[in-house]
Amino acid sequence: MLTILFDGIAYGMVLFVLGCGLSVTMGLMNFVNLAHGAFAMLGGYVAVAAMQRLGLPFLASLPVAFLAAALVGIVLERLIYRPMYAKSHLDQVMFSIGLVFMAVAGTDWLMGSTQQFIRLPAWLQGRFEVAGIGIGRYRLFVIAVCGVLAVSLQWGFTRTRFGSRLRAAVDDARVARGLGIPVSRLFALTFALGSGLAGLGGALGIELMGLDPTFPLKFMIYFLIVVTVGGTSSITGPFFAAMLLGVADVVGKYLVPQVGAFIIYALMVALLITRPHGLFARART
Amino acid sequence: MTHRRTVLSGILGLTLAASAGGAALAQEPVKIGLILPMTGPFASTGRQIDAAVKLFLAKEGAVHGGRKLEVILKDDAGNADATRRIAQELVVNDKVAVLAGFGLTPLAMATAPIATQAKVPQIVMAAATATITEASPFIARTSFTLPQASEPMADWAAANGIKKVFTVVTDYGPGIDAETSFAAKFKAAGGTVESVRVPLRNPDFAPFLQRVSEAKPDALFVFVPSGVGAQFMKQFVERGLDKAGVKLIGPGDVVDDDILDGIGDVALGAITTHHYSAAHDSPANKAFVEAFQKANPGMRPNFMAVGGYDGMRLVAEALKETKGDADGEKLIAAMKGAAWESPRGPIKIDPDTRDIIQNIYVRKTEKVGSEFRNIEFATIPNVKDPVKARK
Repeated sequence: MLTILFDGIAYGMVLFVLGCGLSVTMGLMNFVNLAHGAFAMLGGYVAVAAMQRLGLPFLASLPVAFLAAALVGIVLERLIYRPMYAKSHLDQVMFSIGLVFMAVAGTDWLMGSTQQFIRLPAWLQGRFEVAGIGIGRYRLFVIAVCGVLAVSLQWGFTRTRFGSRLRAAVDDARVARGLGIPVSRLFALTFALGSGLAGLGGALGIELMGLDPTFPLKFMIYFLIVVTVGGTSSITGPFFAAMLLGVADVVGKYLVPQVGAFIIYALMVALLITRPHGLFARART
Repeated sequence: MTHRRTVLSGILGLTLAASAGGAALAQEPVKIGLILPMTGPFASTGRQIDAAVKLFLAKEGAVHGGRKLEVILKDDAGNADATRRIAQELVVNDKVAVLAGFGLTPLAMATAPIATQAKVPQIVMAAATATITEASPFIARTSFTLPQASEPMADWAAANGIKKVFTVVTDYGPGIDAETSFAAKFKAAGGTVESVRVPLRNPDFAPFLQRVSEAKPDALFVFVPSGVGAQFMKQFVERGLDKAGVKLIGPGDVVDDDILDGIGDVALGAITTHHYSAAHDSPANKAFVEAFQKANPGMRPNFMAVGGYDGMRLVAEALKETKGDADGEKLIAAMKGAAWESPRGPIKIDPDTRDIIQNIYVRKTEKVGSEFRNIEFATIPNVKDPVKARK
């Protein structure tokens, strides 16, 4: 049972890294970016290419995936996302879902439609047992990486100058600009960070979730659940939401496989009825 | 996203038709509407079959029974609504004599009423749920059925000291087919079976494999669609089930030749029963694999490709039999009982059910040089689809 809890936490961690980038762009910048999964896929494919074509080791391919997705994020933010900030949410949804379809078709054409594979280094393969709990090495690695990320993100947004400027810029861009805060540069950086996190999540997730051109569509629902349940105004919200959903999904499928697929949705509905703005929402004005 | 390509250039076809005789020259080509998922999650099926169909025309020529075959390829992206609409257009606008392809069960099922109404033969080259051929008297199948591939596994397992099996299948038509046919046969042979079904959209197999690990069965019988099969195999090994002595068995989809090299070491030792392996040892298969790989560098033909190749041959054989008459009823009548040597071995279209009768092979995944292969080591000859055979 504890083994399954451990599996669920690892799975939740990957969901967190995939989803928190979205809550960064969506929550902090108030921009509905459904194309988030496309950045995750990009990160995954960059990691695969870095390992297969350039022969980089797995660990080195992770920052490459982050940087590549962040870089593409910056470029796209400058070129096509910026004009969309002022538009309605519906326009943003239509626009970004369009990007998803383009990304799916483009990846299909460029990389082929088959599953992509990576080979983990030997020290990340297999599992060991501690007090009867089977611990997969790779899952432990994922938990460690994502845990560090969660803590540093939370710290970054609440305790640093960057974080407070960003929150000011989101709450009232006009006043923030008046105070000399470089709002558009701040947004570009934030967008890059969100995309980069998605890319990193995509790379980490290859081994657990697989990677093919339909990735953004297949997992869009999971990112969205994490962000909806977690609320978009903090990092802790999506973090606990991702944990809760990861564990509930895995444990549910383990205990009652007959209804396993629905547990995550039932939980989402229940949570949204009781806390419509998310787990730790502050009231938006 | 729908695109069309006419496969053979008209000039080549015309010269061939002219050499086949004056009567043929006057006739229109026989159009085959090939509907495949060329994009989307099942695109590898489409690409394999498309490549095999092109290979057939290149290798065996386009003229059969005095008529030139012309293939119209359409992409349905694996969406049943699209398949149905495209099939309708092909029948009404393009006046195709044969509908072919069908990557997934719902796609074949959605098209069946059109085949019946239009009296156009529908050649199922991939979809493998047993009941498909009952959906229309105009359907003939050149792929396989899951019970046909799964039941021999039950016999093999029972005969090889396996007593307790845990089955994990994807919760949709083919998965349920595989599970129920295997479980029924294996229980009848005295074994015990526990089962779970995995949702079609399932990112992580950990909870299901954990159940397997606690049940400590002798073998894990698995059917998941071929793409996610790789994920499944990796997690099977990650969980240490292979070291715990659990054998991985099932129909051959998880060790699909198309992605076997990508799956790598974790596939070693899997025992599967299937109708085709690219490593099948026969001159016909050697020639087929060689020509396929020459025409499609970096690709290896899989069980989908052989279904497409034989689907084209079935049309060709039927046209020879009707002497070029492409009337739907005459064609389907000619297809019943057609038999020939396929790259997978001898096959025959059952005259009663229009389903395929073929050998099923027991294979073990092994490393040959630097490549991974499914090496056949036992043959169960002339297997009919057991679901229909019992009726």
